[in-house]
Amino acid sequence: MRAEWKCMDPEAHMRDLTSSFLELIRLAATDLPAEVEQSLQTAQAREAPGSAAAGALETILENVALARQNSTPVCQDTGTPIFYVKYPEGWSTRKLRDQIRQAIAQATALSYLRPNAVDSISGKNSGNNLGDDYFPTIHFEETEEQTLTADLMLKGGGCENVGAQVSLPNAQLGAGRDLGGVRKVVLDAVHKAQGKGCAPGILGVAVGGDRGSSYYASKEALFRLLQDTNPDPKLAALEEQLTDEANQLAIGPMGFGGETTVLGVKVKSMHRLPASFFVSVSYMCWAHRHRSMVVDGADVTYS
Amino acid sequence: MHSLTIPIPDEAIRELKVGDPVSLSGVMITGRDTAHKWMVETFVKKTRPPEGDDQEVYEALKDLLAGGAIYHCGPVVAGLDTKEYRFVAAGPTTSTREEPYQGDVMHHFDVKAVIGKGGMGPKTLAACQEVPGVYLHAIGGAASLIAQSVQRVLTVHKLAFGVPEAMWVIEVKDFPAVVTMDAHGASLHAEVETRSKANLDRLLAAELR
Repeated sequence: MRAEWKCMDPEAHMRDLTSSFLELIRLAATDLPAEVEQSLQTAQAREAPGSAAAGALETILENVALARQNSTPVCQDTGTPIFYVKYPEGWSTRKLRDQIRQAIAQATALSYLRPNAVDSISGKNSGNNLGDDYFPTIHFEETEEQTLTADLMLKGGGCENVGAQVSLPNAQLGAGRDLGGVRKVVLDAVHKAQGKGCAPGILGVAVGGDRGSSYYASKEALFRLLQDTNPDPKLAALEEQLTDEANQLAIGPMGFGGETTVLGVKVKSMHRLPASFFVSVSYMCWAHRHRSMVVDGADVTYS
Repeated sequence: MHSLTIPIPDEAIRELKVGDPVSLSGVMITGRDTAHKWMVETFVKKTRPPEGDDQEVYEALKDLLAGGAIYHCGPVVAGLDTKEYRFVAAGPTTSTREEPYQGDVMHHFDVKAVIGKGGMGPKTLAACQEVPGVYLHAIGGAASLIAQSVQRVLTVHKLAFGVPEAMWVIEVKDFPAVVTMDAHGASLHAEVETRSKANLDRLLAAELR
């Protein structure tokens, strides 16, 4: 192990990534991932020509192209910046945190981000998007890899507000402690959200955990690509059924009524206490702004 | 497509029906959570006394809102340091949070158009019939596109509320929206809610495949 250490660039873990984080933020805020855009295009083709739903999706797609072209935010609610950083042994999370926070303040000054950090007691907006330790949200994890990966999601308030967490069993929904119960919770949450989460949305669903870890995992699920299939066949089938059935609710884009209410559902299972069975639903708006950055030596790549 | 110019006459409001696309031009203000709470507490219900520049801003708002439009929006604004403000991204925010206040604000200031997303509830729908007024739905998230219809930022009130919550006075041209609540008691949101509830009940009666 010691020898390997010496082979590594001794400066590697000292690198200042502030400008790279700034580019990651700019991309996330202004350039919607191609697969989300394609999914919106497919949705638009499904709506009746001339309908309010088709018009909404047409406007959305026009806006996506314009934001990319002008490097302006896709949505003015640039949300809570949620970072997941996987770093090789030896990097300083304290320094990385400082660099991320600096990049956030710079991105705000450059109008890639709206100042969004509000002191809950005084009501004062910090003006630079830096709040306490929880704003921006940064999760660190050490990895065995030699590369550093940073994933960023910008999650707006409108969709965050329509998230839901239910402790099963739930008599009102007739939902028991099984996947059938999970299904009912998710469909009910989509119904309650109506168009308020900026449908068509993407759902991150966690089954199990405690209240905190469950919501956390429901957001992690949103980092999966829309087109990937859950490796667990039971969960893959549930994801497919939920996508189909959520669309049968016919809430439609913006809640105008229509064929597409969700673009996809991603389910993650977790261990739980014998006494607890939580289902947590994180609703992500159509503007699913998430980007990744990989730092490999001197190379930085974005996807 | 209905072209509306602010201030909007009552006849133009009554002509609008749910589903109509509209294009709005003129001077409007943004106002969301903090602004609505402040307006209602200070000037409608008067549960707190005016302080600082409250009265001055109120006088300005009375002129702007009579026959006017209020936009639920917390924009991204450039030029904060030079005060040469420019809207960079300006889509609507979720309107339902203003449901406790909106009807009172519409009545008090004679607001004709409330612009936002996600729709509003029965109190606002009743105010739309009484004032008369309409709820105009802008496309959520279409922030860069909508910002292009903002020709100028004329001034800003209550910047101390923070950039998203401040009341920005903007001149818009061809601002795109759809009528989803009209002055005749119709609400697309109530319709979709009822229809989707029937679909939900049908789905909940069935089990996992």
